[in-house]
Amino acid sequence: MSGPGRLEAALRDRRAEGRKLLIPYVMAGMVADWVPVLQAVAAAGADAIEVGLPFSDPMLDGPVIQAAGQAALQAGTTVAGAIDRLATADLGVPVVVMTYYNLVFRTGHRRFAAALANAGVAGALVPDLSLEEVDPWAGAADDAGVETVLMVAPPTPLDRARQLARRARGFLYAVARMGVTGERADLDAEVSATVERARQVTDLPICAGIGISTPAQARAVSQVADGVVVGSALVRRVLEGAGPEGAGSFVAELRAALDG
Amino acid sequence: MSGHGGAPGAMARPGPDGRFGEFGGRFVPESLVPACLELEAAFDEAWADPAFRRRLDDLLAHYGGRPTPLTECRRLSERLGVRVVLKREDLAHTGSHKLNNVVGQALLTERMGKRRMVAETGAGQHGVAAATAAALLGLACTVFMGEVDTERQALNVFRMELLGAEVRTVRSGSRTLKDAVNEALREWVATVEDTHYCVGSVMGPHPYPYMVRELQRVVGEEARRQCETLLGGPPDVVVACVGGGSNAAGTFAGFVDTGARLVGVEAAGGAAATNGVPGVLHGMRSRLLQDEDGQILEAESISAGLDYPGIGPEHAYLGAIGRAEYQVATDQAVLEAFTLLSRTEGIIPALEPAHALAWVIAEAGRSIPPGATVLVTLSGRGDKDVAQVKDLLGSSQRQR
Repeated sequence: MSGPGRLEAALRDRRAEGRKLLIPYVMAGMVADWVPVLQAVAAAGADAIEVGLPFSDPMLDGPVIQAAGQAALQAGTTVAGAIDRLATADLGVPVVVMTYYNLVFRTGHRRFAAALANAGVAGALVPDLSLEEVDPWAGAADDAGVETVLMVAPPTPLDRARQLARRARGFLYAVARMGVTGERADLDAEVSATVERARQVTDLPICAGIGISTPAQARAVSQVADGVVVGSALVRRVLEGAGPEGAGSFVAELRAALDG
Repeated sequence: MSGHGGAPGAMARPGPDGRFGEFGGRFVPESLVPACLELEAAFDEAWADPAFRRRLDDLLAHYGGRPTPLTECRRLSERLGVRVVLKREDLAHTGSHKLNNVVGQALLTERMGKRRMVAETGAGQHGVAAATAAALLGLACTVFMGEVDTERQALNVFRMELLGAEVRTVRSGSRTLKDAVNEALREWVATVEDTHYCVGSVMGPHPYPYMVRELQRVVGEEARRQCETLLGGPPDVVVACVGGGSNAAGTFAGFVDTGARLVGVEAAGGAAATNGVPGVLHGMRSRLLQDEDGQILEAESISAGLDYPGIGPEHAYLGAIGRAEYQVATDQAVLEAFTLLSRTEGIIPALEPAHALAWVIAEAGRSIPPGATVLVTLSGRGDKDVAQVKDLLGSSQRQR
């Protein structure tokens, strides 16, 4: 892949305009109208959207996203079916697929990358692929023009962060706290240190996620990071029946807090 | 039996990437990579440290009851026409081979300056062993157990609590062993700074499959020496049950360089070595029961300890290179083996090693030639299973 990909270019452009980046997360298939939810989220001010593909054993996810994944699987969501729906969703912002490695491995690296590219998906985040194991997938993704987002975490040392940044495409995901996805009452102080460490090794956009659940938290984190990923707080509302409208209004609140 | 030969390099230390051939590796989120690296360094250092090895050996001897004996099964052998000897891990403290692993990992926890262990458990044997080792060394311990298993192994839940551990019931997914592993991993991510994940089998991200095999190697090494004395050499066939495969890995490690036929026996309803396809789960690449999309399937058997949809990566490798073979036993055959060993030898086996016995009973005089010598690792005792077996056998057994 030569030059920045579509995801990275879009996020860099918006950062250059002084805008804080907002990347909401939605689980594919968790409700029947998940595509209208995506469209509402895009229209309410998302800069990119992370779309989860449900996996039976999501080790990095807390109860809310686990429940969303179970609901999606029970509704018969498949990898191919979800990607097909994304192809026609017409969101107007880049999509990053988030899933676990076994689904990628089982489909095959090249086939999975081609399926994402054909559906217009810009990037992929596969959290259980460590730097040491990422090359076979990341190489196939590079070739297909799909950007592989990597994570830096609170215990990641500086030299390892540098290697991660070199391999990362799209943006660098700063893990805001140790633990699984889920809403938290308080932000962890270590998020600043993690973002600052990432900042030393890359000029890629840096978005923080895991445990960021309220507009106020999003705003606080965006003082150090270029943007935020918000998952469980949005997914919970959708599972509770918020529908596209409710999802859109929550994302609009987040947007306002970041712009404010 | 000849013609198997010692496979060069089999059961050696894996490379820095933790691979056994194409299997193994370290598939964990970045949050856990530093902890895996720390553990790998700590284990390498401890394993090369004579003082650590002395302390471990001393605890296994004077606390754990090692060496465990090798028992010749006279009446069973007469009945089957093959010579069966049992490696008696059922006689180790806590009633299974699991103690070997947890004492080692508890010592490592202490050495790394951590104060707490988390563990997953299926049948409860590993959970009880982890709770025991934690009590011994004054560590806090939290054990994750699927709801299905807390129901069928209620007494083991109480044992763990009695030992001072906190037992957390897992209600996600299939509510069995694989989900307990998921929850233990999730807890570990959140608490890794002061907590060690004490994995119970030869599974998980590198260095776990290698480390747990090394900690269980004592089973095979003792058995090798005992076979020299009793049989005058290695047995023709070495058999052990396989869920994740820790007692099999420890046993095989003692015989991999001999001509012995190595056989792992899985539950027919959870036969990842036989029916699984390559995939990635719980930090490792191995053979897994999964559907076409890669969703993990639920294993289902009579034995909570073997209800796991994968196997340790080194077993996938030993199977791929043909150094070990993996067979299955049905629930019905397992119940018959459970009863037969009880009646012929006065030993009530756990349901897990009853799988290994069931295969021997089925194959004696077939693929195990008459008069052959067979070592079976009796990985645990059956006390935990008697209530379940009583229900399964019903009144017919009592009336006879």
